[in-house]
Amino acid sequence: MKRRRVNIRMPALGGQGAVTAAHIIATAADYEGYYAVSNPFFGAEKRMAPAESYARIGMEPIYDRGEVVYPDVIMVFHPQVITMGKSYTMPFYSGIKRKGLVIINTEEDLLTEEDKERLESLEVKVLNFPATKFAIDIAGTELSTNMAMIGALFGAIGVVGVEAIEEGIKSRFLKKFVASGGTASLDSALERKFKKKLELIEKNLNTARAAYELAQRWAQEQGLEAFLPPPPKKVAV
Amino acid sequence: MQTVTETVVYNRAGQRVVSPDYLLFEAPRTKHFMTGSEAVKEAVKRSSVDASVSYPITPQSEAAHLIGELWVEGYVGVYFRGESEFGVMSELAGCAMAGARAITTTSGPGTLRAMENFPMWAGTRIPVQLVLMARGVNSPLSIQPDNLEVSFLLDTGCMIWYAENAQDLFDMIIAGFVVAEQPDVHVPVITAVDGFFVSHTREAVMLPPDDIALPPYNPYKAPMPVIDAEVPPGRFLRDPFVMKSNYISYATHASWQWEVRSAIERSRPYAKHYLRGLTEEFGDPTAELLFVACGTAAAQSKEAVRLLEEEGIKARVLKLKTIRPFPVEELRQAVKGAKYIFVPEFNVVGWLEREVRRYLYGVCDAEVIGAPRVAGGMTMPPEFIVKEVMKLTGKEVKHVL
Repeated sequence: MKRRRVNIRMPALGGQGAVTAAHIIATAADYEGYYAVSNPFFGAEKRMAPAESYARIGMEPIYDRGEVVYPDVIMVFHPQVITMGKSYTMPFYSGIKRKGLVIINTEEDLLTEEDKERLESLEVKVLNFPATKFAIDIAGTELSTNMAMIGALFGAIGVVGVEAIEEGIKSRFLKKFVASGGTASLDSALERKFKKKLELIEKNLNTARAAYELAQRWAQEQGLEAFLPPPPKKVAV
Repeated sequence: MQTVTETVVYNRAGQRVVSPDYLLFEAPRTKHFMTGSEAVKEAVKRSSVDASVSYPITPQSEAAHLIGELWVEGYVGVYFRGESEFGVMSELAGCAMAGARAITTTSGPGTLRAMENFPMWAGTRIPVQLVLMARGVNSPLSIQPDNLEVSFLLDTGCMIWYAENAQDLFDMIIAGFVVAEQPDVHVPVITAVDGFFVSHTREAVMLPPDDIALPPYNPYKAPMPVIDAEVPPGRFLRDPFVMKSNYISYATHASWQWEVRSAIERSRPYAKHYLRGLTEEFGDPTAELLFVACGTAAAQSKEAVRLLEEEGIKARVLKLKTIRPFPVEELRQAVKGAKYIFVPEFNVVGWLEREVRRYLYGVCDAEVIGAPRVAGGMTMPPEFIVKEVMKLTGKEVKHVL
């Protein structure tokens, strides 16, 4: 199966950093040499309520925008997306493409037999991965859950390396960045928690790296192939 | 021996003043990853803007906020918040009448609240710019992308340009000032994008350096004097013709309205040059299946063309960059060889379909199909467009599970 595009949907809860994750995923993919675009779900999001963001990575310029209705990859940031139906689409995997991938931040298996049957019929692989536990163990805070999810994604789909992930994280936190008021206050809360920005980046990088390695091993065991061919060499316009 | 000295001119912010052609076409560009709102900031930063008035409404608030940051940094002369969108558009007119290059942003219900001002802008011949980030209009309330409001603006006497993505928007804002300020044009320009789809999407944008900028606006090149109470437009603001029921007042009003529309027509050659054409074509030029679209609908159509290619169906897109002036000749040229013309849109009424039918009436035998159409914030996945097209062939669609 030859893909030319990977469309990623990230159902999450408000405050988990899914929008930030989409931004970093797209920046990292762009750095690696792919075409990439990211966007949030357009609504009045709030803490613990459903929130969703999207990233698209491809071999040619990407025109498509808006919600990803037919994803190749779904990253479930919180168990409540499944257990409490905090999702914009029901079931959370609706529209997933054949031979797709689902990454769920959970310590236990949350899927019903019916879910498993449907996903198996589409040859979709499921990675249950305790991202929040990873974040607490390595970064010392659950706020790094999104970093673990980013690492797991790239480890599993095998198209973007650790160096590019680092570049994506640094570019998000070191450059002057303008976000909405809510995100800005969240950023300052993060900074207080970590005391120093650089320390924050280091811890985030470590979390992402560890998740990357875990997912890479899992992908090898599952016999997953890279989701995209090597990056096209981009020519500056 | 003679020495030749080249005079380097700097604007208020200390940026080197360069020609519009240099800024838009020749200056080296570097890649930046940003949202459409941030692209607005980058364009305004390089446009030697004198004044901006803002008012918050989703999804344009970030763009308005970022123009405010430019004011703090010294790139924008005057920046303040209006009392409402009606206040904003009125105050912006005041700035422009006093000779300022002025820009503002609005969305959805804000546009409607400000409505009276848009024909006033056109009638007073001020070359102001409105960046319109289209969103649904009430009721029921929606903050989502939907471009119904653009249909309300079509006959206000303002030029209307439609950007597909952040790159288009950046280039159009700069070009917008240049074209609107031509002495033989001198009408407002509305640079529209689909809210959220462009304002909140993060993508690669190629930018020229930020230490160069457009030449400042020269109000003395305006076809009418800067605020003067004795001649139009000052005269007819001070002493409205409506007070006088006589033939000369009717004729003055009518001829002035014609003149505003003629000014939009006269913008064609300038817009063609600075936008590199009023339209853009994508896909196989021999295809009988043609999408005519603007903004995000054009973007989604391009993706659909790729999917259709996989199904063995040739298709192409005609993307309209300007709606006023409407690219009549370009459209009539492009439909040659087309059998089916789809007009996908992000609104319920299909205002672009109406325009396309109007300009093709009697000149083209192709079937015009006003579909697919979504509204209220719905996404238009390319798979959905393909499904619509496949209705013609009666074939099954592989992509949609």
